[in-house]
This record gives sequence, C-alpha cells and structure tokens, in this order.
Amino acid sequence: MNINDLKSNDEIAWCPGCGDFGILNACKKALVAIDRQPKDILFVSGIGQAAKLPHYIRCNCFNGLHGRALPAAVGAKIANHNLTVIVTTGDGDCYGEGGNHLLHNIRRNVDITVIVCNNQIYGLTKGQASPTTDLGYETKVQVDGVILEPLHPLEMAIALGCGFVARGYSADSEHLSWLITEGIKHKGFSLIDVLQPCVSFNKKNTYEWYAKRVYKVNADASYNPQDKAAAYQKAAEWGERIPIGLIYRQEKKTYEDRRGLNESNLLIDEDIKDMDIRKELGEFF
Amino acid sequence: MDEGITIKIAGQAGQGIQTIGAALCNIFKRSGLHIFASQDYMSRIRGGNNFFQLRVSGKPISTLRQKSDITAALDKESVQLHRNDVASGGIIVFDKAKFNFSGQDNLLFDVPFYSLANAIGESDIFINSVCCGAVAGLARINPDYLELVIRDLFAEKDEEIISKNVKAAQAGYNFARDNFKDDKFKVAPAPAGKNLLMNGNDAIALGAIRAGCKFYSAYPMSPSTGIMNVVAHYANRFNIIVEQAEDEIAAINMVIGASFAGARSMTATSGGGLALMVEGLSLAAMTETPVVVVDAQRPAPATGFPTRTEQADLNFLIHAGHGEFAKVIYAPGTIQEAFYLTVKAFNIAEKYQIPVLIMTDQHLADSLQDIEGFDLNKAGVRRFIISKEDSKKISGYKRYQLTDSGISPRAIPSWIEDVIYADSDEHNEEGHITEEAQMRIQMVKKRFYRKMAGLAQETEKPTVYNAEKAQTLLLGFGSTYGVLKETCEVLGKDFGFVHLSQVWPFPSLELSPLLKNKKNVLTVENNAGSQLAGLLMRETGIKANRSILRYDGRPFNPDYLIEQIKAEQIK
Repeated sequence: MNINDLKSNDEIAWCPGCGDFGILNACKKALVAIDRQPKDILFVSGIGQAAKLPHYIRCNCFNGLHGRALPAAVGAKIANHNLTVIVTTGDGDCYGEGGNHLLHNIRRNVDITVIVCNNQIYGLTKGQASPTTDLGYETKVQVDGVILEPLHPLEMAIALGCGFVARGYSADSEHLSWLITEGIKHKGFSLIDVLQPCVSFNKKNTYEWYAKRVYKVNADASYNPQDKAAAYQKAAEWGERIPIGLIYRQEKKTYEDRRGLNESNLLIDEDIKDMDIRKELGEFF
Repeated sequence: MDEGITIKIAGQAGQGIQTIGAALCNIFKRSGLHIFASQDYMSRIRGGNNFFQLRVSGKPISTLRQKSDITAALDKESVQLHRNDVASGGIIVFDKAKFNFSGQDNLLFDVPFYSLANAIGESDIFINSVCCGAVAGLARINPDYLELVIRDLFAEKDEEIISKNVKAAQAGYNFARDNFKDDKFKVAPAPAGKNLLMNGNDAIALGAIRAGCKFYSAYPMSPSTGIMNVVAHYANRFNIIVEQAEDEIAAINMVIGASFAGARSMTATSGGGLALMVEGLSLAAMTETPVVVVDAQRPAPATGFPTRTEQADLNFLIHAGHGEFAKVIYAPGTIQEAFYLTVKAFNIAEKYQIPVLIMTDQHLADSLQDIEGFDLNKAGVRRFIISKEDSKKISGYKRYQLTDSGISPRAIPSWIEDVIYADSDEHNEEGHITEEAQMRIQMVKKRFYRKMAGLAQETEKPTVYNAEKAQTLLLGFGSTYGVLKETCEVLGKDFGFVHLSQVWPFPSLELSPLLKNKKNVLTVENNAGSQLAGLLMRETGIKANRSILRYDGRPFNPDYLIEQIKAEQIK
C-alpha cells in the first residue's frame, strides 16, 4: 500500500494551518508503515474537529457521538478483532464528555489506538476552555480565566496502568507517525496525546510556544519507558520544557487474550442462521 | 374464576423466600399443574418484607389473584402485613412457638418450622425445606415430587446436606398432612407435564440467543439484569461476548459499534438507564445501525421503585431519541411473545437498519410461568446484510445509497474491498458529512417516511378477544395480557379485550375497526397518565371512555380489575 491509496475524496473542513493536518499526514504514514489494507482498518471518532479526520482518509469510518468514540470502537473491535481500530478524538471529546469511557477502557485494554488531538481549547464551539486548558486562560465563558486544574492525561493513564502512553506534536509529523505506528503495533490500549495548536482559538499554546518547549524524550538513550516511576515524572513535566515521545510502555494481557477471542471465530463470522437452543430450553424444564 | 389455589411465602429478604417459591413451582409443575408466580421484593439484601406468590391451577393461567389461600409467614410481621389478603377459608402457616405467639388466631395453622428443622439438621437453615414440605403437604401433592425437586435444588451440595433437606421437607409435609385434616387445598393431580418454567427475562435472553445475538453489553439494572445473567450463562456455548459496561451510554455505544462491524447486538436496561441511552438510539437511527434495546420498566421518575412494576415509559419510549426517525416498539404480553418478539426484533432491526425496542416491565420480567415450549420454526433468523460471498462482487459501495424502500444494502467492513463511511452528522450517500438542503430532504425521507412505510407492512397484529359481541372493550398493552383475558372470561359475553404487543408504529389500521361503535372502550394501564388512551386519541381520533389505572407499583390482577370495573358501574 502507498500513501495515495489512503486519499479520500472528501473536502477538508479544517481551518488553514490547523494542527490536524499534521496529524492526518502522520496517520497516513503510519498506516503505510503497518501495511494493512484500508478495508481492514477502521477509524472511529466522536465529535469535534479531530472527529472529522476519518473522513479525510480512505479507510472504514464510524463517526459517532460526542464523547462516545471509545465504546463504539471497542464494540467494533470485539465483533471483529481482525480490524485495526484507531480512534481520533480531542481533548473535549475524550477527556471531557467521554472521560468515563477513557478510564474504563484503559482497564478493559482492548487492542485499539487512541489519538487525542489535544489543542487545549474547544474549537468547534468557538473557544471555551477544555479539560486541558491551562490555568488562568481567559475565554468568553471563563471570563476571569480558567480556575479548574487541568487534567493530566498522561499521568492519569500511567496511574491506570495503560500499557502504551505517548505524546506527540502535530508539527513533527515524522515523529508522530512513528508513535502512531508503535501504538498500533502495541497489543492493547494505546493512548497518544498529541499537542496541537489551534490557530483560531488558542492564542497561548501556539506553534511558536511549543517550538521553544518540546523535546524528544526518547532521544536520551538512558530514558527507560518501562520504568513507571520515571515515566510518571516525565509525564508530569509541563512548563519550560515539554517532553514528547513514548513515555510509558508495558506489555500486558489484552482483553482479547483474557477473553480468548483469538481461539474462536470472529463474532461476525458466526453462522447464525439456525441457532439450536433445544438443549438450553430443556434446562428450563 | 377457576379452581386452584394461591400460595404466598412471606418473610424478610435473605430468608430464602425465593428458594422456597422456586421449589414449589417445580413441585407443582411436575405434578402436571399450571403455575403463575411472581416475586414482590424490596430493594434491599436483608430484612424488610418480601413475598413470593404462586398460583396453581389445572388450567393454563397467566395472572395472579389478589388473595391467597395459603400464606406461609416466616416472621411475625408477615402475619400482620398479609392477613387482609387471606382468601375466604384461607390460612396463615406460622411457627407460633418460635415467635412466642400464644394468643388465639383462627387464621393461623401452627407448623413448628424451627423445631422440625433443628430436630433433623440441628440448624435453622433447614426451615426453608420444612416450609416447602408443609405447603406441599397442605396441597396433598405426591411426596415423591417433593424429594425429586429438593434433590435437584441442592444437587451441588454434599449428600449429607441433600438428605437432611429431603428429611426436613418430608417432616414439614408429614406434619401438615397429619395435622391439617381438611383437604380443601388439595389440587387435582394431572399427568406430569412437559412444560417449561421461565420468566420474561429468560424468554428474551433465549430469544436473543436464537436470533444470533453475538454481542450483549449492559449495565446491571433491576429488573432487566436477569436477561444479562441468562445470556452470560450460555455465552460460551454460543460464542457470545457479554460485556458489562461502565454505564448505559457505553453499553449502547458498544452495541452500536459491534453491530456496525457486523455482529447482531443487544442491550437491556430499565427506564433510568434508557434515559442515558436515548442519544444512542438516535445515533443508531442516523447511522442506520440495527440495535435491539430492552426497557424492563419499573416505577419512576428517577430511581423510583427499583424492584416494582409500572408501564409509565410508553410515551417516553415512543419519543425516545431526538429528531425524527423510524423505530419499532414491541410490548410482549406473555412469555411466549417475549421470545418470539425478541427474534422478530433482531430481524426487523437488521432489515430496516433501525433501533427496535422491547418494552417489558418488572411483572413480566420476573414472573415465572409454565409454558409449552417454543415453536422454533416460527422463530427463524432472517438476514439482511450483504453476505460474505456477495461482498466480493461489490464495488463503488455507498453506505447510504438512496432507494425506494429507504433501505440501503448493508455491507460489513472488511468483507467488501471498498471502505464504508458511517456518520452521525447528516451525510450524503457515501456517508460523508453534508449540509446540502436537497440531500438532507432525501435522507430524512429515507430514515423516516420510507422506513415507516415499510414497517406498516410488518405490524404485529393486536390480540383480540370477543371484540365483536362485546359492549365494552378493554384495551391494554404489555404485561397485562393475562389479566385482561381472565377478567373478560369472568365478566362474560359483554366484555372483550384488545391487547397490543406492538405499540409503535401504532397499529391504527388494525385497531380502528375494532373499537369503532363500541359502547365503552376502557384502557387498562399500569400508569397514572392514561398514556395509552392519549396515544389512541392522537393516532386514531378514538376517545377511550375511561382508563383503569394502577400506579402503586404493583401489578394488576383480575380481582382488582373487576372491582374497578364494577366501581365504575360499567356494564
């Protein structure tokens, strides 16, 4: 497969300069790298600018409800675990509206890859604070600045035992595509939080702001992503320096392993024409 | 009403009332008798007052009576709570010594549950078996069945425990037989039946398995949880995945995801959980993804009565889901209907690519009844997807291709070479987001008008009883079927009924000719708002004369309904 096979005919509705373009390109590169056919790849999304991404790539797409991409993705993966399932979501969709699903799907550990386009602001609703907006940031609603502590998704994911926790930067598409490739290859739930400037509504966390701060954590050969305590410290780093890269990784049993899904037919391949329940009815005698 | 007896076992939660009740159901069923049983339980794990009511008859029955002939009271409070519901000539079986009761009370038949239990097993835990035996003794049931059922019930325990329970049951049986000389509770034995014993939840679970449900996700909520338990019990045999969701929103969205991927999928909940699923129903409609959703109703608003019954979600379900789209709501009246309509729900959901709801309530969900088996030939799976084989021939696939029927051929991801786009936003035929006005009109017609037109051909016909000759027609839906039937049988030729097991699309065409020119049309509803009467008016212009309502969280029974009809001076 080459990158042209992934070209969608749908017209892109993002603002010029949106960080989502870099994420889209990184997704395409990663899919070329893993070399699966578009028919075997499913993108699932909720609502927000990030959720439109699946339309701009030629793979299967289920664009569902705000906050509910994860359960839909997990349902699809359980029904057909041969699909490579990727969720594209945002800081509002995944960390706000769908927060409960994030918690429990990290626990569930179904083999899906979740890419959170984290621009630290609500774009589609025009500029309100998101769960990751920095303290003090003023918006039309948070007129005196944000007073809620920002959610720390990477720390949270590590604490919950997520087996693959990474942070990318949308302007570094090459690095991000490596993270997405690794996330897809990782067996189990992979969370990739992507720093993404919003050119329309986030006047603080801009390209310039990030360019001064981000550094690649894996460039340091001594950094061990399997060291949970070190990973937790790294995940908490936010200010003058912001680490990107594979922060934490731990192989663990997936939902599919624990369910023994690989030992039986795909649910969608079961012949259901004539389910014989006579024995079961007999048990009600 | 017919001969036969009504038995009540009353006591605190945790005293084993349900175990005794279930054992008695089995004993009577094996004796060739028909039974209908329901549990009245409080939302607590210990204490309170719960009861299990069991009606036994030589004829098939599908409803309870108001009053009981035999009431076994396992604590003192039960004697007071239930004495007003003792039938004329009825008794309360009670251990006077245990509860230090020395007064005179003609209703009481003293059975020393505790001393009999301790004499055999040196433990109070055997009182359940003693009680079970005592009731069987009063009904003069063949004691062989008693031993058989007790052995079955404790099959997983050691032989010592089993034989002590058998002896305890026999002691109760002998005591009742020897000390209660009157044969008035004797029920005529019949040839041992082959009937099955199950409740509405069991029937729905079995229907789902029969229909090829492969993915079930739900959040536990009374009174729907029994469905999940039964599906889970058989899940490994049938390669079904049962996933307990973190909340009802997750449940329905997982189900939609699994269904989109190609597995027949289902969820069940009660009103409060359904409230959380409502956005999901509209997602299923918009993305044209088949789902089956059960609402086992309980009294609301909010938490309401978690373990009791009501039919007040009718309007809610009809309107559940923002926007306009086609859906179907079944309201099975019997355990058989619960089974067949579950299979139909899966077929119709897949054919029309819509959400289909099954509305039950605690009364149908939890009531045990003996039924003849199911005719599996009438519960066949019909598939409406592009088969794996045919998928190879597809190219240029459009998920939402416009058709006269409103139904677009549904392909399964990865079976076809093309990719599939599904969207909750308004979309074009390819499934990409659009805001184009003409496309919007086409898509609304597709999801709403055209599918509704198709569904008009699929209506589940109302059940009709003596509708032509009757002056007064009772109209009900869902779990009241048995009550309507027995009430009309008792009231005679001037009364008939029409029962709806499909409430949406409303069966106006079928209903109007039946109700026209009737002297009285009375809706019978387990709610306070005459919701069915309102729906009837809105959909057919026919005004019901009156509604007989019950909204105390308890099910109707024929005695109650007849009393209400008489009080209204309806003839």
